[in-house]
Amino acid sequence: MEGIKDKIAIVGMGCTQFGELWDKNHKDLVVDACYEAFEDAGIEPKDVQMAWYGSRETGFTGTQLASALKLEYIPISRVENFCAGGTDTFRNACYAVASGVCDIALAVGVEKCKDHYGGFCMDILDPFDRSMVEWELPPASQFALLATRYMHHYGWKYEDFKRILSMIDVKNHHNGTMSPKAQFHREITVEQAMNAPMISYPLGLFDACGVSDGSAAAIITTPEIAKKMRKDYILVRALALTNGAGQAIIQPEYNFISIPETVTAAEHAYKEAGITDPRREVDLAIVHDCFSITELMTMEDLQFSPRGKAPEDVEAGTFTLEGELPVNTDGGLKCFGHPLSASGLRMIYEVYKQMQGKAGERQLKKADVGLTHNVGGVCGFFNCTVALFGKP
Amino acid sequence: MVGITSYGAYVPLYRLSREAIARGGRGEKAICNFDEDSITMAAAAAIDCLTGIDRQTVDGLYFATTTSPYKEKSGATIVAMAADLKQEALTADFAHSLRAGTSAFMSAIDAVKAGSAKKVLVTASDCRLGLPGTAYEQNFGDGAGALLIGDSNVIATIEASYSVYSEIMDVWRAEGDTFIRSWEDRFTTTHGYLAVVGEAVSGLLKKTGLKPGDFAKVVLYTPDARRSADLAKKLGFDVKTQLQDPFFNDIGSTGTALPLMLLAAALEEAKAGDRILMASYGNGSDAFVLQVTDQIKKIKARRGMKGHLASKKVIDDYKQYLIWRGILPIEPRKETAAFISAPALWRERDANLRFHGVKCQVCGTIQYPPQRVCTKCHAKDQFEPYRLADKKAKIFTFSMDYITYPVLERPVVNVTIDFEGGGRALLYLTDREADQVKCGLPVEMSFRKLFVKSGIHNYFWKAVPLRT
Repeated sequence: MEGIKDKIAIVGMGCTQFGELWDKNHKDLVVDACYEAFEDAGIEPKDVQMAWYGSRETGFTGTQLASALKLEYIPISRVENFCAGGTDTFRNACYAVASGVCDIALAVGVEKCKDHYGGFCMDILDPFDRSMVEWELPPASQFALLATRYMHHYGWKYEDFKRILSMIDVKNHHNGTMSPKAQFHREITVEQAMNAPMISYPLGLFDACGVSDGSAAAIITTPEIAKKMRKDYILVRALALTNGAGQAIIQPEYNFISIPETVTAAEHAYKEAGITDPRREVDLAIVHDCFSITELMTMEDLQFSPRGKAPEDVEAGTFTLEGELPVNTDGGLKCFGHPLSASGLRMIYEVYKQMQGKAGERQLKKADVGLTHNVGGVCGFFNCTVALFGKP
Repeated sequence: MVGITSYGAYVPLYRLSREAIARGGRGEKAICNFDEDSITMAAAAAIDCLTGIDRQTVDGLYFATTTSPYKEKSGATIVAMAADLKQEALTADFAHSLRAGTSAFMSAIDAVKAGSAKKVLVTASDCRLGLPGTAYEQNFGDGAGALLIGDSNVIATIEASYSVYSEIMDVWRAEGDTFIRSWEDRFTTTHGYLAVVGEAVSGLLKKTGLKPGDFAKVVLYTPDARRSADLAKKLGFDVKTQLQDPFFNDIGSTGTALPLMLLAAALEEAKAGDRILMASYGNGSDAFVLQVTDQIKKIKARRGMKGHLASKKVIDDYKQYLIWRGILPIEPRKETAAFISAPALWRERDANLRFHGVKCQVCGTIQYPPQRVCTKCHAKDQFEPYRLADKKAKIFTFSMDYITYPVLERPVVNVTIDFEGGGRALLYLTDREADQVKCGLPVEMSFRKLFVKSGIHNYFWKAVPLRT
């Protein structure tokens, strides 16, 4: 098994402004993201041979992308994998190019969350169970289950733990101020975050990410072709996807202090990329901070922090822009916003821009190895992607 | 020998102080939580009654109420599923009269006598609404009773019965009415309750040749705080020593359920040889003579009336009660596309209503909801049903959601629980105070209504803090 390492190059990317974009529909967003990517890659829409379209609650089938861009009778698959949909869309496109069935592929993710009341479509069009006895799926409550147990397991007092979570919120808000396309551009304080209204105990308003509209797109090709297109293309080093099988709700052994889908996806990705010491080897990580607790746990699940020690790293500033391993340099889901299926591609966009030295105010000194991570769904049924990128 | 072989009761945890309804109100009335109704209460009483009874031996379930959530559709079948009775059990709904509880009781006795069933579980439950501001609102309480009728291990034999019917408009509720209507008290009391129950009891005494002094207890339905005492006195019973306390200041008048609940309370105190008289009311009266046997000593401990009466949470927020009963409107749920599927409800009935998980026959792992492939050993289709409804559990982790639905229960407490003996489930926690929720809290299962959509009352199980 060879894996995907160094077989795919990203030659163009686009990303719209994220936020409450009341005046744009999903096709407007797709046009904006894709045309930025086409321009960046120096290609025309007609050069796209195959495409993958990621959306969860925004339009059905590949025709939505075809009709937005007027792609004429090319194969387009729609991908849905909850919050991991964006990265999975990209992943499918990569595998197609690597297989040799096409040379240039487009991966685009889009979501018009704010056309739904409140922004997050609470009624999944098809819940897991049509007799509707399962919980509804309020995401805050799902991730609050993890926070509650983490606190209990490690013996944290609420106030002390809340302070750690709030430091993550403060960091991401700070990074967001340097991200022009982000939804929120405002600094907050630890006290503000700690005293904000409770959404789902123990998570408050600032522990939750923005709910947004947005789209992001990538043009990919082989490294051979990429070399002829531009010097600063970036390479895919690893793509991993894992899906939960309901373990959290069936197996009492599932401990709610870690997300096994992330643990496993990370192991696969590190192996594929040949990474043995992630904390030292990864220069930046753009992770799925749908809630502050998710970012905290992910630091452990990605092997950046030892088990139970991520709070110490947060306090030490390890994951700030100036820290040892900057995380969510663009503000993360917290401030950039979270249009579900667009988020994975937005994360890749940040890694791509950082590696090209085009990240503006938030530009890191060293950005040679980048990681993106998504985790979507509910406890036991998470869909998780971990992707690694490098320079040629 | 046909008679009662077991009894059970259910009184909701919540009691509304009558003072909160109107100044000077005395005592409390039992009120359903927002997720309870006549069906869930009947299920709870049935399960209480089945303590120590092999479910496979029960071959009938009768459900009596005037407040079934359905006009057309059986409630008995839902109660039978929640009580996890066998599929070939007799089921029947008794309705439309406060006498429905004893009608069901009588029918069960006759069915067992006739040999068409060996054991029939009779449940009666009510959750009636009096118009805000009326005495009915103060008087009515919510609750359920259950009696198991059989012909072996009988704790109280049925010695005789006597019934009268009476056509009178005293209290009624017509199609489309939410609240009870009534004629004036002086008329209804004189020519309704006092006259009719009096006639039934007198008739029964005459028929059996028994005198008031021959009874250890007299169990009488009562519409209010003092009517049963007036009647007992009039009939020659000693109120202090013979009349079963109607718990009016603890529960209120629970309608159809009241005679069964009070009989359960009488049986809790009874000793072998005691004779008990029970009489119901509702467009007539059914009166019974029961004789307690020495089997009464062998009955297994259960929550019963005593346990349920002792376990309570008094609320003094009248507005809360009005919201729970749907009298005061609250912010409705925003438009949603979600729908409920009848085929799915049917398909999942054992998992949802019986609360059956599965146990892997290969590795023994208990799993809920039922699976096709074992989560541990991956064996396919090698499972046996495993009943979780009667298992205690502990909270492993939880969240408390302040923005999600139902609005009524905010914060909505979601819990992950681990069952004693194995198995895990993610459920809602109900009948709880937000500040008592913690990892490790002991809980038990309770049959509740999740929501009503498209006229479908969707029942499922929730966790509740262990009632003590």
